[in-house]
Amino acid sequence: MLRTQEYVLNFGPQHPSTHGVFQILLTLDGERIVKAEPICGYLHRGIEKLAEARTYTQVIPYTDRMDYLAAMLQNVGYVQAVEKLMGIEVPERAEYLRVISGELSRLTSHVLATGVYALDVGGFTGFLLCFREREKMMDLLEELTGSRMTLSYARIGGVADDVTEGWLDKLNKLMDEMPGYIEEYNGLITGNEIFQARTKFVGQLTPETCINYSLSGPVLRASGVNYDLRKAMPYGIYDRFDFEVPLGTNGDCFDRFYCRVLEMEQSVRIIKQAIEQIKEVDGPVMAKVPKVLKPPKGEVYHEIESSKGIIGYYIVSDGTNKPYRLHVRRPSFINLGYLDEMLRGYLIADVVAILGSIDIVLGEVDC
Amino acid sequence: MLENLFVGTADWLRSLLGGIGFLPTEIAESIVLLVKLVAVLVFILVNALWLVYMERKVAAFMQARIGPNRVGPWGLLQTTCDIGKLISKEIIIPKKADKVVFLLAPVLIFLPPLMVFAVLPLGKNMAALDLNIGVFYLLAIASLSTLFFFMGGWASNSKYSLLGAMRTVAQMVSYELPLVLSLLGVIMIVGSLNLSDIIAAQEHTWLIFTQPIAFLIFFIAAVAETNRCPFDLVEGESEIINGPYTEYGGMGFAMFFLAEYANIMVVCAMATIMFLGGWHAPFGLTFIPSWVWFFIKMYVLIFIVMQFRWTYPRIRIDQLMGFGWKVLVPLSLANIFVTGIGMYIYRAIGW
Repeated sequence: MLRTQEYVLNFGPQHPSTHGVFQILLTLDGERIVKAEPICGYLHRGIEKLAEARTYTQVIPYTDRMDYLAAMLQNVGYVQAVEKLMGIEVPERAEYLRVISGELSRLTSHVLATGVYALDVGGFTGFLLCFREREKMMDLLEELTGSRMTLSYARIGGVADDVTEGWLDKLNKLMDEMPGYIEEYNGLITGNEIFQARTKFVGQLTPETCINYSLSGPVLRASGVNYDLRKAMPYGIYDRFDFEVPLGTNGDCFDRFYCRVLEMEQSVRIIKQAIEQIKEVDGPVMAKVPKVLKPPKGEVYHEIESSKGIIGYYIVSDGTNKPYRLHVRRPSFINLGYLDEMLRGYLIADVVAILGSIDIVLGEVDC
Repeated sequence: MLENLFVGTADWLRSLLGGIGFLPTEIAESIVLLVKLVAVLVFILVNALWLVYMERKVAAFMQARIGPNRVGPWGLLQTTCDIGKLISKEIIIPKKADKVVFLLAPVLIFLPPLMVFAVLPLGKNMAALDLNIGVFYLLAIASLSTLFFFMGGWASNSKYSLLGAMRTVAQMVSYELPLVLSLLGVIMIVGSLNLSDIIAAQEHTWLIFTQPIAFLIFFIAAVAETNRCPFDLVEGESEIINGPYTEYGGMGFAMFFLAEYANIMVVCAMATIMFLGGWHAPFGLTFIPSWVWFFIKMYVLIFIVMQFRWTYPRIRIDQLMGFGWKVLVPLSLANIFVTGIGMYIYRAIGW
């Protein structure tokens, strides 16, 4: 007897487009998705547990390994949480350096997200084109911090070191060129007819859904919700910069993608302003902090806007030199929460497009 | 001299065999034909290797890279080495695969391009076989490759392969139609299915000028037929890994891989013959041999196909089917209609 049958397709963890070791069990009717069951945890290293056996300073490198594409933002989130707990005042120059390196990290992350998204929908050249600029930024980050991806540049009370001579000029030059590069991405990727056909009105999210599921970052803003922590509750010195929060209207894959492209322009703006302002700020890059950090008993929660969304650090201190408990609110993980519903009714090709538009990093999802 | 390089060689061989004396003419002719076909075979295989190299260079050029440059002069031997490596790999057969079909598919996949090239006139008097139903034969054989892709996908017994195979069939069947219909305009104008006649009819005006829409439809459908980007859903490596070839390794994979390039060569050669005047030299530049002209035109088309791949993202399956059935098929039907009316008017006013 003839009948149609649903079948299960094992999508990942060994799959080129899951952005790492992520698995989705797709129940399919032909090419259409009936049900999707995301399975994560293949990259779980127990960072939160490991942190309990490390001193406060030793935790910093672990935060690098969560969202390794924008390591500086993870660093800053953590050290600011500890500083909040201990009431440490950070020198102004260090704050500027955090902003500069943080936004540079955000740029590397967004450039990669843009390129990888082009690859997800099948355009290989866009992918390599974005790597070209990412390489330049990575070189700058390497010169600043000594490392390309796992930066560990932030310290509790400041940053590791001051900039070398001429670094800011090099950065300024790259930032001057950046709008031209973004124009190129728009020409090759964003403006492409097929790209738009593939991404527009695919995987739409309403503002209500986004808020109900606690989605954040470009995923939230693409749906038209104006919530960027840098603007909504400025941390550090973000209130000193003039920038806009790009918003989408449809909440589809295209808006999520384009939001990141527009955010790159804003990051460039912030970096350029920071470079202007840091020239007038002299002084140390580290506050006077004790050699052994022993925060007072208590707990603290601090969140910042990372490249993927809101990353929050919750630290419980029992008065010793090691955190009693560390919990991280990882935006990539929480943004995945609605994946099943988002995928239903779409085709296999859309799975890749939707997953890519959320822009996850598995190091952060699994922590 | 150069113009008659290949034709002259064939004549020389024929006279040589005739000179031996005791051979009947039929056998001598068959030997000459065999040599011709072997020459075509060698040409296609070597050219497929060269096209892989060319693709990598074109990609590198478009992506501001250098591309292969280590093995041999300018990296020319890179693909040869790659194939050498692939040959030395173990052939892995999945446990639940249909062994016979699984192994047969990569062997047969090279059949259609080889068979097609037997009738293509590569230059003046340079068709290995001059069939009088050339176009018909060409289209019939070219669409055979669907079957071999499907064989590979089905026999692998893997869901990704099966999905790829299903896509192949859906895609090839729906793009076969506009491909054939677009050629109908050409056949109407020329009034012959013989490839040599079609080329002869284009001595003064290439058919791309009288049938521009047909050329566009043919070219788009041809890109889809060969599973090239933006219609490379069959492989779609970001979605279904590698489609029908997912389970193939070593030489099995290499055969599919090379067959893709052989197929590109076939469709570009077809486009050259049908629309770009085949081996006719433009602007009276006849001092360049006819077969050189043929290859120049063919490679320009191949270059354009490669450029597509490194520029465009991949189209989605429903958009692909929609584009084929809702745009290309009606457009090609309209083209036939317009061609018919045009021909009627031309004859009525006695041009």
